[in-house]
Amino acid sequence: MTLLDVQKLSIEYRLSDGKLRAVDQVSLKLESGDVLGLVGESGCGKSTLVKGIINLLPSNGRIIEGDIVFEDVVLNKLSKESMRKKRWKEISLITQSAMNSLNPVYRVGDQIAEVIIEHEKVGKRSAMEKAEELFDLVGLDRGRLQDYPHQFSGGMKQRAIIAMSLALNPKLIIADEPTTALDVIVQSQILERMNNLLKGYSGSMILVTHDVSVVAQTCTKVAVMYGGKIVEYGDVVQVLKKPNHPYTMGLKNAFPSLIGEKRELVSISGTPPDLSKEILGCRFAERCPFVIERCKGMSLEKTEVENGYFYCIRHAEKEELRKRADLPETWESEV
Amino acid sequence: MNENGSKVIETINLKKEFSVKVKNKGKIRETRVLKAIDGINLHVYEGETLGLVGESGCGKTTTAKVLLGLYPPSSGKIMLEGDDISHLNRSQMKSFRKQAQMVFQDPYESLNPRFKIKHTLMEPLEIHGIGKNKKERYEMAKKILGEAGLRPAEQFMERFPHEMSGGQRQRVAIARALVLEPTFLIADEPVSMLDVSIRAGILKLLRSMIAERKLAGIVISHDISLIRYISDRTAVMYLGKIVEQANTEALIKKRYHPYSEALLEAAPNPDPEVKFSLEKIKGEAPNAVDIPSGCRFHPRCPKCMEICKEVEPKEIEIEEGHMVMCHLYGGAGNE
Amino acid sequence: MKNIFKLFKKNIIGIIGLSIFMFFVLVAIFADQLAPYDPMEIQFFAEGGVKRLLSPSMGHLLGTTYMGRDIFSQMVIGTRIAVLVGVISAVCVAFIGTNIGLIAGYFGGIVERILMGIVDVMYGIPFLPFALILVSVLGPGVQNVILAIVLITWRNSSRVIRAQVLSLKNRTFIEAAKLSGASDFRILYKHIAPNVVPVSLIYVSTSMASAIMSESSISFLGLGDPMQVSWGRILFTCYQSQAMFKAPWWVLPPGIAITLLVLSGYMMGRAFEEIANPKLRER
Repeated sequence: MTLLDVQKLSIEYRLSDGKLRAVDQVSLKLESGDVLGLVGESGCGKSTLVKGIINLLPSNGRIIEGDIVFEDVVLNKLSKESMRKKRWKEISLITQSAMNSLNPVYRVGDQIAEVIIEHEKVGKRSAMEKAEELFDLVGLDRGRLQDYPHQFSGGMKQRAIIAMSLALNPKLIIADEPTTALDVIVQSQILERMNNLLKGYSGSMILVTHDVSVVAQTCTKVAVMYGGKIVEYGDVVQVLKKPNHPYTMGLKNAFPSLIGEKRELVSISGTPPDLSKEILGCRFAERCPFVIERCKGMSLEKTEVENGYFYCIRHAEKEELRKRADLPETWESEV
Repeated sequence: MNENGSKVIETINLKKEFSVKVKNKGKIRETRVLKAIDGINLHVYEGETLGLVGESGCGKTTTAKVLLGLYPPSSGKIMLEGDDISHLNRSQMKSFRKQAQMVFQDPYESLNPRFKIKHTLMEPLEIHGIGKNKKERYEMAKKILGEAGLRPAEQFMERFPHEMSGGQRQRVAIARALVLEPTFLIADEPVSMLDVSIRAGILKLLRSMIAERKLAGIVISHDISLIRYISDRTAVMYLGKIVEQANTEALIKKRYHPYSEALLEAAPNPDPEVKFSLEKIKGEAPNAVDIPSGCRFHPRCPKCMEICKEVEPKEIEIEEGHMVMCHLYGGAGNE
Repeated sequence: MKNIFKLFKKNIIGIIGLSIFMFFVLVAIFADQLAPYDPMEIQFFAEGGVKRLLSPSMGHLLGTTYMGRDIFSQMVIGTRIAVLVGVISAVCVAFIGTNIGLIAGYFGGIVERILMGIVDVMYGIPFLPFALILVSVLGPGVQNVILAIVLITWRNSSRVIRAQVLSLKNRTFIEAAKLSGASDFRILYKHIAPNVVPVSLIYVSTSMASAIMSESSISFLGLGDPMQVSWGRILFTCYQSQAMFKAPWWVLPPGIAITLLVLSGYMMGRAFEEIANPKLRER
């Protein structure tokens, strides 16, 4: 069943000197039970996209076209109030700095219970019981519910936030770099917990991250964003094992691995495009080692593959390009 | 390279303790000792890079600050090219500053926002009276900036940090660290704030600068897969002690200490078909005020034995150049 | 610095404040040329009578006082004192407060405790009584009024500057400067000070405003220099002559001028506040 359907969504920011189109005609479908990884570099529009979905854009950001359909409800047409009601209950958001959003003057347990009481209209006792269960699930000691946030470590706070966002069994969790500030072991522990919890009630998640490894370990689907557009989408194994878009190829080879022989890492030279200017053709062209004349200026060409798609004009040569992309020399250039 | 080079920097049983005020359960404040570094022995050869890995709070950043003379050590010795530098007076400290430099984690924070790049690079030269006049210092700064990969250098010299990308700023930070021609260089998480696609370029630059200039390099990270791409040898740190130390590739292929094993197994991998495993470790690291008795890893260790709870293990050389501190491999009892 | 100037230019309130302030500065500079009469000279009619309490006319733009002095000339010459007191005390206050804040924040420990202790004591001293006693002990005169203002108001800026320094000194670029061997003096004045300049400027402008206000109050209470014309003194003589309600042309000009000049200080202060705190700018 389709849970979330984003249709040709574009989001613009008003700046003091002009406009910036952070998300450009992005379409995305999410089935219930899917865990989608949204990867890309900083400034590629991934955070803006999810903020747009959950209706939390900053005041200078605006959806200029497209719709976000969540279970037959068009989210971008909802009033502020009805969106607020949906937010904890059906869609919940976890951000990188969420651990700082715990109120320092209340006990952690009370804060979780508060959310449950407000949305489910239950008594304090049953809310606390639910909170205890949640703490078990995220791997925190029940006794710590009585603690104040400052008595928690960063990892524990993030777990508490995850417990809180799962309190109402939301159908969709949007997690924006939820573990970036944490250590490797804690990060893996939290990701594993979240995954198991979601499986428990077949909830879905959009995991926004810059870390391909995290996506590989956690997600079932992946969307690669570059310059405000999704350049490649598909099953995680397909996309990361046999990438079709040159940017995905580069990204995959830029990631260090502990398995197998050490290979040279790839560095993609150049910087992401300036989205306040209009860009014709492929946005990655400036940095792409396989760029040809046709890439610039032409409208984009979508190539459908099994369970996914990508945008690259040289799609016919993808096998060949993939081989070349594995060689670090391909990506080397002056600086 | 290890055999014919000489030890540039060496620590002998180095310790750093802080006294901290802890609020007890009864809300009485008491002063306790936090053993941030608890007796470490390490050394770096000329032209070599040592990786220092561990979770946050394990003492790796404190180690860097003690080595750089930002904190005085509590006990033990630091030797720089054979001279004891653990306690320097003011003028000795100033000449030591020329020899030891650092690249920081956050390039957005480490450059003075009100200084042009040329001022940032020329300031250290001015402080130490290197170069006859402004023009000569300008030329020296320009040269190092070019070597750090920012060309045309004269153009970058006139910019402010906010006019540059994160990667470019980190190159400036590297240039600043090298402009004094130090003998040893520490980089603390040098790429963790940067976009994945350009990380390899920065790591490569650091590695080649260290090797070409015959510096002693120490790179600190929580991510062992990154360390693999820059360091010749790796030291694994846990709660103020180095629990395993070896040639990097040797350590990745065969790790002896259960903590190193856990750290490697828990790291997410960019290959979606190889999942991380968390079976080898439990919970989170205790803080350095309450260091467990015996082996400090025993409460989290899946292979914990009776002796581990009582006796602190000694460091033994299990293979040539491969040091490990664990009872599994004999060598019982600490002095 | 260039950046501060650029941002200031875009701030309408700041520009209005600056224009008002510059207007008074120009009046102060060219006061001798602008004033038609000596402000202390008693004006007589041709037939010999004193021109007592004349309402405004072409000959006396703002009328005359009870003693027959030209109010317009008094206003123009009085601008000098106002601008002088405002500028000198503002610069001194900002200089002392900023340096105390810088030193206390950067060095911390015992230095900080002593300096902030002094600040706390200063907060305990009520301004007007202190100024009145100081001026009556040292004798009336502009320099003593300025001294009283400076001695009391530096406390305000030093605390805020110290707080700024506390957050700046832990930033990585300060650590980086230390690592390249920079001395404390260099770190304080080359790396930290330029970053607190916008905040200092808030205090320059607002203490200018409060200094002008204080000077007027002191003069109004009769402790100003009797030989010098100031706006506060004009109000004081008006009050003494019991002409407050009889001669609005005598009360209103100094009142309006004080309000305008004080306002200009706060307007510039607000502009600097927006520069120092970019979050205010976005709205």
